[in-house]
Amino acid sequence: MSVKIYVPCDAAAVSVGADAVARSIAEEIAARRLNATLVRNGSRGMFWLEPLVEVETPQGRIAYGPVSVDSVAGLFDAGFLEGKAHALQLGPTEEIPFLKRQERLTFARCGITDPLSLSDYVSHGGYRGLERALKLMPETIVEEVTNSGLRGRGGAGFPTGIKWRTVLNTPADQKYIVCNADEGDSGTYADRMIMEGDPFVLIEGMTIAGIAVDATSGYIYVRSEYPHAFRTLRHAIAIAYEKGYLGESVAGSGKRFDLDVRMGAGAYICGEETSLLESLEGKRGQIRFKPPLPAISGLFGKPTVINNVISLATVPIILDKGGEYYKNFGMGRSRGTLTIQLAGNIKHGGLVEKAFGLSLRDAIYDFGGGTASGRPLRAVQVGGPLGAYFPESLLDTPLDYEAFAERKGMLGHGGIVVFDDTVDLAHQARFAMEFCAVESCGKCTPCRVGSTRGVEVIDKIIADQERSRNLELLDDLCEVLTDGSLCALGGLIPFPVQSAIRHFPEDFHKPAPANGSGQVSGKVSNKVEETRPWH
Amino acid sequence: MSKSRAWDADRALTLIKERESLPGALLPILHALQDEFGYIDKAAVPLIAGVLNLSHAEVHGTISFYHDFRHSPAGKHVLKMCRAEACQSMGCENTIRHVENKLGVRLGQTTDDRSFTVDAVYCLGNCALSPAVMLDGKLYGRVSREVADFLIDSAQRHA
Repeated sequence: MSVKIYVPCDAAAVSVGADAVARSIAEEIAARRLNATLVRNGSRGMFWLEPLVEVETPQGRIAYGPVSVDSVAGLFDAGFLEGKAHALQLGPTEEIPFLKRQERLTFARCGITDPLSLSDYVSHGGYRGLERALKLMPETIVEEVTNSGLRGRGGAGFPTGIKWRTVLNTPADQKYIVCNADEGDSGTYADRMIMEGDPFVLIEGMTIAGIAVDATSGYIYVRSEYPHAFRTLRHAIAIAYEKGYLGESVAGSGKRFDLDVRMGAGAYICGEETSLLESLEGKRGQIRFKPPLPAISGLFGKPTVINNVISLATVPIILDKGGEYYKNFGMGRSRGTLTIQLAGNIKHGGLVEKAFGLSLRDAIYDFGGGTASGRPLRAVQVGGPLGAYFPESLLDTPLDYEAFAERKGMLGHGGIVVFDDTVDLAHQARFAMEFCAVESCGKCTPCRVGSTRGVEVIDKIIADQERSRNLELLDDLCEVLTDGSLCALGGLIPFPVQSAIRHFPEDFHKPAPANGSGQVSGKVSNKVEETRPWH
Repeated sequence: MSKSRAWDADRALTLIKERESLPGALLPILHALQDEFGYIDKAAVPLIAGVLNLSHAEVHGTISFYHDFRHSPAGKHVLKMCRAEACQSMGCENTIRHVENKLGVRLGQTTDDRSFTVDAVYCLGNCALSPAVMLDGKLYGRVSREVADFLIDSAQRHA
């Protein structure tokens, strides 16, 4: 039997050479006339080990990594096709502690299968959720999702079942399922991984959603920074149509579900659901007033379920194993698993799917191994650019929506960005305002104008110009942003700014730097450099 | 590397008409035009407006809203450098400053010989392998100054 060798096709693995390694392995197989097949799988999510090459042996899959092109010939010489020893050998993949201690439900197949093999998908439990859903009444499907306790994994944590129920109960000639794949927050890549590593699970989740609320059409809105994910989804959707899992009769049920993937155009704000809908309609991605909720009047004015990638990709396992099964993971009102994404200055960066409740400290140290630089950790930003900066003393916070909210933080989507002691939190606060200025859709004045004023005020604080007065002014400005912005961008940008001031006040009271604040140039930097007095 | 063709109104109209019946056709049309020509020519605005029955202002407003759409052709190579938080924590600003000095441009600018456009992006989803850049649509991780030099030099050699 032909030996299978796995080399990930995930964009992150490719970004450190997986394609070149795969080519080199294919050449060695040909040159040595070996009976081996190369499979391009998704990533296991252990990025410090990428490119992670696995070989299927009678003892299970054996991992080697990080593999470079230079080490490929040596691996063959050492007999890695039989799983033999080599300096890069990591043992059985499933026994690697980082992976072994996880609870992979949504990511059960990611990294194991060929993402574009429907037969791999089905033989690893795929489409069992849809099969069950097709036997249930729509109300029962919605009930199952509600009972699972699943909350929106895009960051807001709104109960998914409640959104679905609203759409189900709103009569209309046309309803839509929209997947928010505009994963724009720094420190997050779980959506990208699942779209590239197990795209059928997202397609299945959306199909189940369509059947549950009587929507016959769906769109996946992918950000343009993710060309690999876009191509994989395109391909997977074509396969699903060809095999009858999409189209006029889903899996022979007589129920229709059509799916298309659309590309964003580099606007962070389109991750906000109403902006995304505007963008899908072909307009400027400006946010909408709510109400009406998208569940009542969403895409093209029709009732629309709009969910994040991970939320929708979790639906198949909930339908397959039952809401009760899923609910048994987690703590408090945070049920199921969280896809923790370890990012930034971290030794073992990667994806950790684990029941809610793990502490931030355990995620960073037990899984992540501490900082990549080896220097002491100083700050952690959880939940993306709108999340708070936490100091060391808050690391015992459990990963739970409510626990984070109690500490004026935001769990969001579970992206964790680690900073060592070289970080300057005044600089980070300035960046938050600058980012808001670049990405504001312009609808609300506090966000559109206030963000630029925020950069200016922080520059004055850094430059030691009337520091205490400007700190007070910044506080006022944050209050205006919080109260006067319609969406989370303007409304939450005070989180990183104020948490930086609260937990790291010393960074706002340093002597003024000799020559400016040392910012990287950019469109907005140029704009905000023309300092104007703020009255 | 961009393999764009020169602006051609007939070709543009064909691309627009191929997509006019798509629901929410404007973004797919704009992407198609930019893929073909490397930017969106001013002359495309009335063509799109005519086919989709929109005002010129609506079309122009949409083009100018999105960071991706260019009003003039980019350089031969486009280097997108992430400057979001995860990449900052791994020193992306040093790499960015280094590239700016090496190429003699600032973020958002194109070199005089039109060989490189360097843009800022905010997250490429490669946050466990920061700093990240994307060169001509290909993603790279752990981009130190040395790696950036290597990428730029190789692209120039294969120009």
